[in-house]
Amino acid sequence: MRNSVLALCAAAIAIPAFAAEIPLAERRSGYDFMSRETRTMQDDDTANPGMLWVLDGEALWKRKAGVADRACQDCHGDAGTSMKGVAARYPAFDAAHGRPVNLEQRVNACRVDRQKAPPLAHESRDLLALTAYVGRQSRGLPVAVPIDERTKPFLDAGRGTFFRRQGQLNLSCAQCHDDNWGKRLAGSVIPQGHPTGYPLYRLEWQGVGSLQRRLRNCIVGMRAQPYDFGAGEFVDLELYLMWRARGMKVETPGVRP
Amino acid sequence: MRRIVVAALVCVAANAAGEDSIPSSLTGAKGDPVRGRAIVTNRQVGLCLLCHSGPFPEERVQGDLAPPLNGAGRRLSEGELRLRIADSARINPASIMPAYFRTEGLTRVAPAFEGKPVLSAEQIEDVVAFLKTLNE
Repeated sequence: MRNSVLALCAAAIAIPAFAAEIPLAERRSGYDFMSRETRTMQDDDTANPGMLWVLDGEALWKRKAGVADRACQDCHGDAGTSMKGVAARYPAFDAAHGRPVNLEQRVNACRVDRQKAPPLAHESRDLLALTAYVGRQSRGLPVAVPIDERTKPFLDAGRGTFFRRQGQLNLSCAQCHDDNWGKRLAGSVIPQGHPTGYPLYRLEWQGVGSLQRRLRNCIVGMRAQPYDFGAGEFVDLELYLMWRARGMKVETPGVRP
Repeated sequence: MRRIVVAALVCVAANAAGEDSIPSSLTGAKGDPVRGRAIVTNRQVGLCLLCHSGPFPEERVQGDLAPPLNGAGRRLSEGELRLRIADSARINPASIMPAYFRTEGLTRVAPAFEGKPVLSAEQIEDVVAFLKTLNE
């Protein structure tokens, strides 16, 4: 009897159902895994290609749009003041939708409801420019998504997705980014997967993209069915990833290989 | 052809009892080690070198998430290799290694891959035959 109990315990230790989350003190930005050249590119505003999107976003911020003929600036004033720290708190709960929305959805809600303009398409130049500009106002500030009784169920759903094995290759996010970060998947070092620099310039894309675009890359690699841009599952996963990166510094616009 | 695959799937399922190997060939025939090597080193087909390294001097980038393939043929029998490729979860349910010959129990598989194993029975036999040649 005792032997069989011991054997069961040994089996339970050998095969944990869930891998452990990375201890707070051991978390590292993807920035830390990059070459010196790529880090310099991110740090130097004159070399960071993402700054071109930020500059476009600044122009859009000031440009009147829609039937209401209003610019973002007409309501929000100087983004340097009004948008400081905002991106660090997204996805944030939205009462109208009864769920958290990400920054892209917030920008589009403003466009439709306030500017009376059509929403910007996912991954369009203008939406990336505006979110890069708003995100830039939080650079250096700690990620701080507020978790309360309204957002907790969505955080838990996002955590569920992170640990769920998916696709023909039957992989979960956690298996690479919690359990095997720092090791090499073919030639690339696996980062911990903290979304601190989005939207960011990816050398592989030769352009700026959102976190959801990056997540779709991984999901396609798992040979799983990608979530649609803006899907609830995706926003929940974003929320979990931002909570997982709580306290880490916003790097927008980041640069990644 | 379909009958062979069904028979092979039954063979894999029969292994759920916890045996450590699939003793007989999934196709009834021996694999071709030359084709097996090509599958192992192809990052779109075998995917092996994403996680494993091995004696492939021409392959510049190899992964280190999983043990090197060097000596696999010495450490494991043909049947043990076959089971580990077909469905490594039978050895360790928490293993990161995909099941190359299981189409059940998967979630949100992309439509292009729905109902298809990662490798065919023939390809798995080729890989087994190649790995058996890795003696050091």
